[in-house]
Amino acid sequence: MSDLEDLYQEVILDHGRNPRNFRIIEGASADAEGLNPLCGDHYHVYLKLDGDRIADVSFQGAGCAISKASASLMTSALKGKTVADAEELFRRFHKMVVEGDRSQAEGLGKLAVLKGVCDFPTRVKCASLVWHTLHSALHGADKPVSTE
Amino acid sequence: MSELFAEAVSAAHRRPPFDVERVRQEFPILSQKVHGRPLVYLDSGATAQKPQRVIDAVSHFYAHDNANVHRGVYALAERATAAYERARARVAHFLGAGDPKEIVFVRGATEALNLVAQAFGRKNVGAGDEILVTAMEHHSNIVPWQMLAEEKGARLEVAPVDDRGVLLLDELERRIGPRTRIVALTHVSNALGTVNPVAKVVEMAHRRGAAVVVDGAQAAPHLAVNVAELGCDFYVFSGHKVFGPTGIGVLYGKAARLEAMPPWQGGGDMILSVTFERTLYNRIPYKFEAGTPHAAGAVGLGAALEWLGELDRSSMEAHERDLLQYGTEQLSRVPGLRIIGTAPEKVAVFSFVLEGVHPHDVGTILDREGVAIRAGHHCAQPLMQRFGVPATVRASLALYNTRAEIDALVRGISRVREMFR
Repeated sequence: MSDLEDLYQEVILDHGRNPRNFRIIEGASADAEGLNPLCGDHYHVYLKLDGDRIADVSFQGAGCAISKASASLMTSALKGKTVADAEELFRRFHKMVVEGDRSQAEGLGKLAVLKGVCDFPTRVKCASLVWHTLHSALHGADKPVSTE
Repeated sequence: MSELFAEAVSAAHRRPPFDVERVRQEFPILSQKVHGRPLVYLDSGATAQKPQRVIDAVSHFYAHDNANVHRGVYALAERATAAYERARARVAHFLGAGDPKEIVFVRGATEALNLVAQAFGRKNVGAGDEILVTAMEHHSNIVPWQMLAEEKGARLEVAPVDDRGVLLLDELERRIGPRTRIVALTHVSNALGTVNPVAKVVEMAHRRGAAVVVDGAQAAPHLAVNVAELGCDFYVFSGHKVFGPTGIGVLYGKAARLEAMPPWQGGGDMILSVTFERTLYNRIPYKFEAGTPHAAGAVGLGAALEWLGELDRSSMEAHERDLLQYGTEQLSRVPGLRIIGTAPEKVAVFSFVLEGVHPHDVGTILDREGVAIRAGHHCAQPLMQRFGVPATVRASLALYNTRAEIDALVRGISRVREMFR
């Protein structure tokens, strides 16, 4: 498999074309905006918390296949998880795509399909943008997140 | 100047027609492979590659002539100063400026625009005045005027473009009113390739007493610029987009305009005498060149313009027109591809979107094919909004590109479509 085919796996293309949880949550308990000014990726992440559990999570916005698939996979993975679980996933995901530690893929379930991103330094921000946005929603930052 | 002119006249008689393969050999960077494929560099709108002549000129300056300019009395300082001032004369010649003193060396087009906004604008724009720009400006020809307008309580007006990316001249003229102090427009659009009728705009603006600032960053590598014929008050460009080094750029200003402007930055070289009570400013252009300039960069830019001046311009322009025509034909045949920017007067810049694929993904896949293009908003977000797209893919060509490279681009796009089918 070429690194390009590793990056654009069928699962990623599918999530990019038909993103899951691509909607607004009415009455969300938290939300945040994320922006990558370099390429114009622009997303909004919505959260509904039930105590420290993520009862629902969704996103809206526009961007490349990698950023959209990452958002779709992230929201799918987080539903029903606790906030602490979400933070742990973010830590592992960050290690995998930013630091290139492919061994993290094991504990990441479907999110592991994004491991090819680490071979494309210019695209790492695309994959991590919604995670930073989620982090900001969880911690109530009031300014849009920027990956620049 | 007369020496340069005589040189130009005699050179015109011995120039061979433009030969793209021979020209490519002068650019060492172009012969490399990227991801195992021959590099196809289609991002000259961002920065152009450099011929060996320019690389050698910079290197020669540091190896043989380096000293601070306008300061020492020794031989090296004289040589460095002479080389720096020769570069200024070369720029004046390139732009058709009447006098080298009308050429101010700056870091690039962005700095030049900021200089005009700060030195000319602050003096001449007041509360309730207007500054007119066009919808196709680069952020660098929007933001300095916004900052000025905010500071002075002035208004920023925008002249619209049509669906092809052509400036609507009558709409522009309607927006030049008695309070319009400055009209700032690009000569060539970086995102669309549109060539604007600058001389006509200058005529309209001058009839109403407004000064005209022209962003020539994208025009200088493609067009024969003549500021006397354009009639503009200011013209700016960047060295690195016209095959010269980064970090050096040019502000041309009519002598009377520059003389009437206060200095911009204070420091060495821009003064005649300093006491703690009073400073006398130097004459133009030195009044605007505070501190040690990028002399090696200026020398490199001089070499780039000399190199460009030796090419046969009419056959070079014919080559670029052929690239524009061929590229337009080939890209128009790609299913799902929409070219953004189809002005009848344009340079070989192809901005496009591909149905169902984000430009960033196109860029990554093309890169793996060795094809370097830019994906994004091209520092022209208001223009992207005008065309209803968040971003485009942009292939911006220069004189060293070939039809075969356009074929490689089209093949790369087929690969994108295969992956995203």
